[in-house]
Amino acid sequence: MARIVVVTSGKGGVGKTTTSAAFAAGLARAGHRTAVVDFDVGLRNLDLIMGCERRVVYDFVNVINGEANLNQALIRDKRTQGLSILPASQTRDKDALTFEGVQAVLEGLAEDHDYIVCDSPAGIERGAHLAMYFADDALVVTNPEVSSVRDSDRVLGLLSSKTRRAEQGEDPVQEHLIITRYVPERVGKGEMLSVEDVGEILSIDLLGVIPESSAVLNASNSGVPVILEEQTDAGQAYDDVVARYLGQQREHRFITEKKGLFGRLFKG
Amino acid sequence: MGFLDYFRAEKKTSASLAKERLQVIVARERGARSGPDYLPALQADILDVIRRYVAVDEDAVRVQVEREGDYEVLELNVVLPDED
Repeated sequence: MARIVVVTSGKGGVGKTTTSAAFAAGLARAGHRTAVVDFDVGLRNLDLIMGCERRVVYDFVNVINGEANLNQALIRDKRTQGLSILPASQTRDKDALTFEGVQAVLEGLAEDHDYIVCDSPAGIERGAHLAMYFADDALVVTNPEVSSVRDSDRVLGLLSSKTRRAEQGEDPVQEHLIITRYVPERVGKGEMLSVEDVGEILSIDLLGVIPESSAVLNASNSGVPVILEEQTDAGQAYDDVVARYLGQQREHRFITEKKGLFGRLFKG
Repeated sequence: MGFLDYFRAEKKTSASLAKERLQVIVARERGARSGPDYLPALQADILDVIRRYVAVDEDAVRVQVEREGDYEVLELNVVLPDED
């Protein structure tokens, strides 16, 4: 039985696709058969972030419409064994994803995968709703910034009411917070909400903090999930996220200021 | 705290302002979505009625449903302006 993980946020541009790619690659690297599914119909981008854009032949909607089977549409990742990508369709038809279609595809994937990572589109429309509906776990990606935190809270409300688990009265979707683009120096100066502030407002379990890092853009430029850039701060932070998700204890890193001599003298 | 902090004027940082604003708006939005679907419309109607008699602010009326055992209590809170 596969576990379904939705990567969601409400707000756009906070790092859902970066997180989906890194998290899925991390699970696969840990030996779990993992499929990562792009739910952003019309704005396909996971393929680019994963570096497999030239290998897309069929997509999610083709499978739903019976124009291709899952095996034809799934792209096997060349770097990480056990990792497959199901790309989104570029159709402009907003209703291309159907409830039954999504359910059938997820059931198909569940047969030979351990984890299914659903990369949600921004917003709270159909695509976002379907991405979260069947989820067992949710990674709520949040920037330490007012609009992102507010949207995340809105999404938490939907997770607890508009999902299969909520509707059928099962155990609720397990919610995990991932704070991205974190700059400890700015937090120190009182210019940015701290991990504690965001945690206090959203009051869900903190899975990890990803620092603002040039490594993220570098990785997306070259189409490599940033978790595979093992020497980088963001890569290591995502590695911690996956390890914690899988039950390991890891200290939070990259959440305190790197202090130079000058900083130490003047801030104590 | 560094010694220079003693010389800095007490000034609210932008992050603490952000936190306060978020706490207020998030609490309000959670209140709105946890209640029955008709609550926002009910709140707007009550506000209209009150405004026929008294000039009150947009946020002068708060409607909440609280669960107490087997009962649901509809709590209505109206803040009237100070009389001059």
